[in-house]
Amino acid sequence: MSDQVKVSITVNGRLTSAEIEARTLLVQYLRDHLGLTATNIGCDTSSCGACTVHMNGEAVKSCTVLAVQSDGESVTTVEGLAIGDEMHPMQQAFRANHGLQCGYCTPGMVMAAISLLNDNPNPTEEEVRLGLEGNLCRCTGYHNIVQSVLACAKGE
Amino acid sequence: MGGSILGNRVVRKEDPKFLTTGGRYVDDLLDEPMLQGALHVTYVRSSVAHGRVLSIDTTDAEAMPGVVAVFTAASLGLEARPAGFNKAAKRGLLAIDKVRYVGEPLAAIVSHTRNQGEDAAETVIVDYEVLPAVVDVREAMESSVLLFEDNGSNIVFDSMNLGAPDLSGPEFFDGCEVVTRATIVNQRVAPCPMEVRGGAAAWVNGRLIQWMSTQHAQGALSSICHTFGYEPENVRVIAPDVGGGFGAKIGPYGEELLLGVISQRVGKPVVWRESRSESMVALGHGRAQVQEIAIGGRRDGKVLAYQLKVLQDCGGWVDSAAYLAPFMTRPMSQGVYDIENIECRTFSIVTNTTPVVPYRGAGRPEATAAIERAMDLFAAEIGMDPAEVRRKNLIAKFNEPYTTKMGQTYDVGDYEESLDRALKAADYEGLRAEQKRRRDSGTTVQLGIGVSVYVEITGGGGTGETAKIEVLGDGSARVYTGTSPHGQGHDTSWSMLASEQTGIPMDRIEVIHGDTDLVPKGGGTFGSRSLQQGGAAVHQASIELVEKAKEVAATLLEANEADIVLDKDAGAFHVAGSPSARKTWADIAQSRDNLFMHEIDFKVAGATFPFGAHVAVVEVDTETGKVRHIAHTTCDDAGTVLNPLLRDGQIHGGVAQGSAQALLEEVLYDRDGNPTTSNLADYAMISAAEVPSVNIVMMETPTFMNPLGAKGIGESGSIGATPAVQSAVCDALAHLGVRHVDMPTTPERVWRAIESARKGA
Repeated sequence: MSDQVKVSITVNGRLTSAEIEARTLLVQYLRDHLGLTATNIGCDTSSCGACTVHMNGEAVKSCTVLAVQSDGESVTTVEGLAIGDEMHPMQQAFRANHGLQCGYCTPGMVMAAISLLNDNPNPTEEEVRLGLEGNLCRCTGYHNIVQSVLACAKGE
Repeated sequence: MGGSILGNRVVRKEDPKFLTTGGRYVDDLLDEPMLQGALHVTYVRSSVAHGRVLSIDTTDAEAMPGVVAVFTAASLGLEARPAGFNKAAKRGLLAIDKVRYVGEPLAAIVSHTRNQGEDAAETVIVDYEVLPAVVDVREAMESSVLLFEDNGSNIVFDSMNLGAPDLSGPEFFDGCEVVTRATIVNQRVAPCPMEVRGGAAAWVNGRLIQWMSTQHAQGALSSICHTFGYEPENVRVIAPDVGGGFGAKIGPYGEELLLGVISQRVGKPVVWRESRSESMVALGHGRAQVQEIAIGGRRDGKVLAYQLKVLQDCGGWVDSAAYLAPFMTRPMSQGVYDIENIECRTFSIVTNTTPVVPYRGAGRPEATAAIERAMDLFAAEIGMDPAEVRRKNLIAKFNEPYTTKMGQTYDVGDYEESLDRALKAADYEGLRAEQKRRRDSGTTVQLGIGVSVYVEITGGGGTGETAKIEVLGDGSARVYTGTSPHGQGHDTSWSMLASEQTGIPMDRIEVIHGDTDLVPKGGGTFGSRSLQQGGAAVHQASIELVEKAKEVAATLLEANEADIVLDKDAGAFHVAGSPSARKTWADIAQSRDNLFMHEIDFKVAGATFPFGAHVAVVEVDTETGKVRHIAHTTCDDAGTVLNPLLRDGQIHGGVAQGSAQALLEEVLYDRDGNPTTSNLADYAMISAAEVPSVNIVMMETPTFMNPLGAKGIGESGSIGATPAVQSAVCDALAHLGVRHVDMPTTPERVWRAIESARKGA
């Protein structure tokens, strides 16, 4: 279990590499090795989606991906979305629509929401709700998260 | 001059951080200098629900890779201590002679990495004498198997202990034309904050510095000092960003209290974070009442008598659930109704399950659920529309304090108006017409409409709050508050309040909370108290700060204080009518060594009683039992609203948690007390796909209990929504002869209710 392996992963456009335990999860790599702590861990059954990041542009739950599986791949976390001081339109939409409260599910929720719109740029409310089923939030009742995603899709 | 910012939909100033770099939660303290080289703590937990601990063998664990130490109650010298509400119940922070629920901590592993701790925890060998588990609260009440033998019973608190009367016999309902009775379950649910518990501890120059995911840092400090005999000045508790609490993070837990002692023993800082599977069995649960209700009245709809017996399941420790039933459920058992005869008796009972603590509403949702189900059952019995029965029994509008039969003094109320607004916005008549159409057509998907009217108590847990404002030499300000947000948006709200009075722009105001060195005195955030107490304190401190600043400005301007005015747009003081010669906040602060401050300990007149009405609409597939919550309308009156954006957010979250309890969520145990819902794959935590958007109708009846006119809003959603959604499910099936379906109204339960009604018919 303590076999060490070397991985090289491009994270938020920057090439990173480290010697890690083979069992290291991608989320552990991001948090513990790179100090990118925006991506949170909310469960241990891949149920909550707090750890959602993008791997090669697709949303993945980073607690369900071994770091070695990301070797040579490109990963984006919520820290990599803003350009300078300008937040990504989805981040802006979450703020404008009060799509977050305690903030814990938020990074994963934003990444899942961007992926959702990449697949379906003009979703209905029901499609947004179904699309975010794998990302749990306890504070917002989802109402304003759904509004945020719909607003972002409309370019508001 | 611009208008007031108060009452506007102001977006949150804390959001950019959460959206870009993420919050700084206890698990994110990697760069904290005081925690460099920290070791990881992992707790070993009981795998049996009830047993005597014969031995704990830590030999193998101590030899595991990376393990620095393994501690038990014996090696830490922990003693059994009595519970606050029942001195006959005793336990250690790590189990000593007995375990009383699966998940109870038994030992602590200290290791270099978290993975090493988890590996080692599996090698600790605990020898138990397994005892019969008492899982059901009704059985526990009568059982000879006792969790705390010294108590002589599993009943650890009885409302009669408070001098409250016993329940009367059947004569209580003399004169009633109709009496209906039911035993209903307000099931055990898991709070599920998205951030589980975590903490860290370091000793720096003889002081314990402890980080915790808590709703009340000052309370945690008191508990740590009380437990270990530390002097308060030698302890600092810091609540960094907290990823949700919902009541379950008000009081500190053993796993948190022990971190300082463990750190001291190993001579290094320590960090601890539970897994979700641990959290599901070790973070307190919520609700967990069995209620026996009886309601009687006349066929014209007037209720004459209501009796409630509550069995509160406390779980395996006399935690705060023991007082929720007598001090929260019982006082609010009358709800919004004018009922001549009312009685409530509560029993708090221990079982071999996870301890129960406050959860969003904490005793009031249970009170509301009981009276609202009673109203529905009574309405069904006399064949009257449930909204109409409510209307006939509501306490009439009052602007002066109204004292209930249960001894509560409600501040202001207009329950009928909130009901009318909610019914109108929901198009109640249209919904009933659609329901009739579906019933007539015999379609498999039936419509159900549920109505609830509620009143709750907020700010009941405290009498006021501290606030301090500092203006710095650059004209910026710091607001210190004893409240402790974990999603509520106090940075924004308290900045709005301070900015409104001082004219200092919101983005130049920093709000500081949850650090006992910076805010030694504070009540924390729970019980929907923050705005009406903490916000009111900031409001008052700001007003007084301005008055104090006028004195300084008068001296600087060589003028009379009475002539000084504050130009809020400019953030500057001048003599009325002479705006050219002026002193800014920066000038004022600079004249006082760059720090001009004012501090108050603000008192409010008392608790407030927000109220409202909810209308839930569900569709029920009568062939599969599947329920869909398709629409929800609320009219929640929380008095004067500071920021409607945040108010709405609180309602949305509460409604989802109410819907979750009504439809989906339940913590379950098998007969032996083994949890069967101990992770988020097995526990049906509600998702976006299962709740509707919420239609919110405004109503603002200001309270006179605080200068903001504000009442609490944090828990209204869960209090109002839960019975409305459950009622809607029952209503959808009423024409099939179904009278009641216990929560959660799962497909299986609904299907069985339909089947059993069919067979009975």
